[in-house]
Amino acid sequence: MSASSNSGAFRIKGAGRLTPARTARFTFDGKSYTALEGDTVAAALLAHGVHLLGRSFKYHRPRGILTAGPEEPNALLDVSRDAARRQPNVRATVQEVFDGAKISSQNRWPSLKYDIGAANDVLSPFFAVGFYYKTFMWPKEAWAKIYEPIIRRSAGLGVSPTEEDPDHYASRYVHCDVLIAGAGVAGLTAALSAAATGKKIILVDEQPEVGGALHYDASTTIDGQNGYDWAQATAAKLKAMPNVTVLTRTTVFGYYNHGFLGLVERITDHVAKPTKDAPRERLWQVRTKKVILATGSIERHMVFANNDRPGIMLASAARSFLNHHGVTVGHNVGVYTAHDSAYEAAFDLKRAGVSIAAIVDSRDKPGEAVLAEARKLGIDVLTGHAVVDTSGRLRINSMTVARNGNFDRRKIKVDALIVSAGWTPSVHLFSQSRGKLKFDEANQRFVPDVYAQNSVSAGGCNGTDNLAELIDEAITAGGGRIALSGENRFEWTGGMIGAAEGAGPDHAVKAFVDFQHDVTAKDIRLAVREGMHSIEHIKRFTTNGMASDQGKLSNMHGLAIASEMLGRPIPQVGLTTFRAPYTPVTYGTLINHSRGELFDPARKTPMHALEEAEGAEFEDVGNWKRAWYFPKRGEDMHTAVSRECKTVRDVAGIFDASTLGKIEVVGPDAAQFLNLLYTNAWDTLKPGKCRYGIMTREDGFIYDDGVVGRLAEDRFHVTTTTGGAPRVLNHMEDYLQTEFPHLKVWLTSTTEQWAVIAVQGPKAREIIEPFVEGQDLSNEAFPHMSVAECTVMGVPARLFRVSFTGEVGFEINVPADYGAAVWKAIWERAQSMGACLYGTETMHILRAEKGYLIVGQDTDGTVTPDDAGYGWAVSKKKTDFVGIRGLKRPDLVREGRKQLVGLMTKDPKEVLEEGGQIVADPNQPKPMTMLGHVTSSYWSENLGRSIAIALVAGGRSRMGETLYVPMADKTIAVEVTDMVFFDKEGGRING
Amino acid sequence: MAELDSNIATRSLPLSGVHGGSAAVRLEPAQPAERINLRVGAEDVSALSAALGLDLPVKPKTSSSANGRTALWIGPDEWLVFADGGGSIGSSLTQAAASSNVVHSATDISHRNTAILVSGPGAAATLNAGCALDLSLDAFPIGACSRTLFGKVEIVLLRTAENTFRVEVWRSFSDYAFGLLSEGARDAAL
Amino acid sequence: MLLIHCPYCEEDRSELEFRWAGEAHVVRPENIAAISDEEFAEFFFLRNNEKGLTYERWRHIHGCGRFFNAARDTVSDRFLMTYKAGLPKQPLPVAEKFAAIAEEKSVETWEQTEGDAR
Repeated sequence: MSASSNSGAFRIKGAGRLTPARTARFTFDGKSYTALEGDTVAAALLAHGVHLLGRSFKYHRPRGILTAGPEEPNALLDVSRDAARRQPNVRATVQEVFDGAKISSQNRWPSLKYDIGAANDVLSPFFAVGFYYKTFMWPKEAWAKIYEPIIRRSAGLGVSPTEEDPDHYASRYVHCDVLIAGAGVAGLTAALSAAATGKKIILVDEQPEVGGALHYDASTTIDGQNGYDWAQATAAKLKAMPNVTVLTRTTVFGYYNHGFLGLVERITDHVAKPTKDAPRERLWQVRTKKVILATGSIERHMVFANNDRPGIMLASAARSFLNHHGVTVGHNVGVYTAHDSAYEAAFDLKRAGVSIAAIVDSRDKPGEAVLAEARKLGIDVLTGHAVVDTSGRLRINSMTVARNGNFDRRKIKVDALIVSAGWTPSVHLFSQSRGKLKFDEANQRFVPDVYAQNSVSAGGCNGTDNLAELIDEAITAGGGRIALSGENRFEWTGGMIGAAEGAGPDHAVKAFVDFQHDVTAKDIRLAVREGMHSIEHIKRFTTNGMASDQGKLSNMHGLAIASEMLGRPIPQVGLTTFRAPYTPVTYGTLINHSRGELFDPARKTPMHALEEAEGAEFEDVGNWKRAWYFPKRGEDMHTAVSRECKTVRDVAGIFDASTLGKIEVVGPDAAQFLNLLYTNAWDTLKPGKCRYGIMTREDGFIYDDGVVGRLAEDRFHVTTTTGGAPRVLNHMEDYLQTEFPHLKVWLTSTTEQWAVIAVQGPKAREIIEPFVEGQDLSNEAFPHMSVAECTVMGVPARLFRVSFTGEVGFEINVPADYGAAVWKAIWERAQSMGACLYGTETMHILRAEKGYLIVGQDTDGTVTPDDAGYGWAVSKKKTDFVGIRGLKRPDLVREGRKQLVGLMTKDPKEVLEEGGQIVADPNQPKPMTMLGHVTSSYWSENLGRSIAIALVAGGRSRMGETLYVPMADKTIAVEVTDMVFFDKEGGRING
Repeated sequence: MAELDSNIATRSLPLSGVHGGSAAVRLEPAQPAERINLRVGAEDVSALSAALGLDLPVKPKTSSSANGRTALWIGPDEWLVFADGGGSIGSSLTQAAASSNVVHSATDISHRNTAILVSGPGAAATLNAGCALDLSLDAFPIGACSRTLFGKVEIVLLRTAENTFRVEVWRSFSDYAFGLLSEGARDAAL
Repeated sequence: MLLIHCPYCEEDRSELEFRWAGEAHVVRPENIAAISDEEFAEFFFLRNNEKGLTYERWRHIHGCGRFFNAARDTVSDRFLMTYKAGLPKQPLPVAEKFAAIAEEKSVETWEQTEGDAR
């Protein structure tokens, strides 16, 4: 057996551009086949005479290969390399065969040849467009149990892979002067021209090699050279230029604002054994000064009865398979066309020894040159005829032909039928760039009109058919001075849109417009009759053009049929909007590196590893990983937290407060600036002292809080909540830059400059004393709310005497790189004294025992300082601060606002649920009047009971009242108390 | 107490011991550096320049180096100044700035930032895995610098040579930055 | 993705580095504590949200950090002009004005395509 027969009986010796010796094995539906390297799956299967590739979406009709490119609506397959590398809905016309590929058909059960779903085809009267809008309406209960499961099972194509994607995907931003989309004659010529100017050029083509239409068009010569060979030589020349990048297997999938384009480069999908480092795909995010669109045009199919059988395909596709892959689509091929281009396909096939049953041309007058050539080759041409039907269950075996307007029919045996209704300019990217199209009445097509960005269209996508004009246009688009000549054998004429003869309104036949969604000409007419008069409605009602091919073949036909039904010219019916992506893009490419550890930054404090070694459990706070609690062996969370809570108050605890936001406010006007940003007064704060500050927005609601230390007259160390750090700095910068730019003050984020080790508890002072130099820690010298710059373990430190526990507390700030060493030393000593490490959970409980607020938990953006019980923090003397006016709004000063209060459950063991609603009378009729909700609730080991904080309407006037928290299974009685549960006198904080 | 006095804290660097890269790019943590965030009004730039011993750049996206110190233009009144091989506390820079005797803000950020050096023929492509800036030599020549984004984190990028960049990043974002640079380096070598 | 000209960095930079910051030229009253409820509502709550030409604030937050003003066409998303914070509302350069109008005519808006599908 020769190599060519190995790679398929329909491979024609001497035809095509592939190397017969280089083969690849793959399986389709379990059966093994040999392909040639460079074959698409479609070409390889056709080479073996396999035309049946899948079942259609709605009617489960047998379907084959319609195109030879990315516009393919039909031949969608499941391609896998191994269990995890499985991709559904892969276009057989795009996927290149690689050795070892396992490929299977989709949307069929139990097998491709016998598919039970095909009953839908027989039952199709029940599945007319919009059927699910109308059919599944009643009874309501049937939705969840009957209709929805059926629809879900039958909807969708292919099966999602279940395993995690083992591939990786790359991403690259790139800038250039000119991006050229498409490397056919126009794109290559434009690239040569643009490259000659010395500008930075990126030339992109979605096929494995450049050439575009030259893949099929074997009769064009450029500069006296065979067109395809010229294309490859030109690409090589361009690649050698330092200012040019040529990307093949790369799709420009989106053209966005300001010269920004998204490209996906397919790197390993065609490779049998990819290297470990190679990404499967690479996302290119291109910013370019100019775009040259050379995207060519897409051939349309003819819309006639039963035009969807396997074996029926576009003429240009058949020509590609022959001229590029050396594969014939049949031995006895029929042609049905309204355009000259299909003739050339017939000529090529005929010369390759394939019998042409007949060329059926809907036109009375085809181009004279092609007609003459057909006669010369002895091909039977039936002008003014139509193919009105086809037969063949799993593959076409005949076409039925009739003279236009005549009822006499005759069957002609064929084993393939190639069709062409003409060419649609690919204006997708132009349209995505927000350019405006115009309708070219003479040629029945939309072409670019008004450009919204710096781009230019050249060649087929611009409606330029003549080769010489196309070359001129491309040279001009590129902006360089080059000379190039091209010659093709035939000038093409013709083209039609809409239903062909025999598929008009008076024919009840299935003439498919959209293959993937099984939309027929009849369906579009029905939609119009049902009252859809806008193309946008027709599209949604019929789903024409809404499949993954986005109607690349079907849109113009659908539009023409609608226009005819509506009796309105096409421009008035309108065109649906083209949207990115041009072809489907994998999620892997879109997210590229953002997965696993790189999904989001995990911020860790300098002490993280030490905490981990001590067994800490961590919780996420923003992007930070914060030590949550430190369970000892055998402890659950509750036990660990209770122990931590108790130990802190009995001995001491050490807490990592590094994540608190820190902002250094420096300048002679620093105090004045803080006066404007916080409700408190800061000019009265002496250097060396701290104050708790509340920040409101202009509307008077609490925005953030924190302790602010004054280090010097002109230098403050401001702390914010962990989660609030970035937005508080933004808020401060906003006011500083735009409202108070006259102030001499600057802000610097120092959150990460300092590692912060909080030591809290009766023994806190004793624990840290030996490490501190340069500061007397006694109550007298360094009372609560003091700050000092001193030395800790030989390192310059900022020491705060602050407490978020109600105990004696210090926060040691050391430069972050020293955090771990200082923490380690302090913890060693503290441990020997019986202290513990504690995490955020214990911190929350201890502060709640003292009634300290957590912004964002106890407040929700509608709470004023007074509502929170912090009215004292609002300066009465200041004439301005952010929020001063908002706080005077009538609603903010009225009686009965929700206020923060304490709640104690009547049953001390009962711990309320945070978010629980509060009512005065649990027996009132529903809907009950809600008085507020629980904002914080914990078990307090120190008090031996539960405690809670809640926002309650008129809360502070309800002290001692009994209120109720109704839950699903019970109602919990609570007493309203003040917020301080522990050490009400506050003596402990001073030691 | 006496025995504790000798117990001087040792420094642990973020990214310590980390290295990476590919055939086209070398990734390595930079040596610790003294750094300040310097803020000063236009009228006092020359006084600070004199005090620091280098001309603070006033043109966007530019830097200047002298006397072992480098100043990066960050914003119209903001500079990142660093000194290689600096001590732990940024004192030399803040003291130098203070000697200007003009109103300014110099805040020590030596430990807030850490830096990663990206070098090799694939350096720009590595950074462009997550950085949207045009890093061609025309648009981002040697000495160019900018605060920008790298993937999901903010960085300050400085080109120190045709194929060498310094990436300044907040310490808690450095693992992410290094990880994304490693991915970029892998791809840049293909 | 938009390109935004930062008036401080003096070049076009990717939208990624910027953050929108609301309508521009809303002046915080100097005597804010004394203004009426109506004046406060006007200042703080009420925004024009105009279609077409709008003046808004942006911050080059991941660049130079500066707030600035921009004139943007919300129909086409085109930035017509940017200028430094603190400057009064700038008139559009004439060429930009024409481009803006042409754009409005040529660009398909939601109303033009989908919104009129009555």
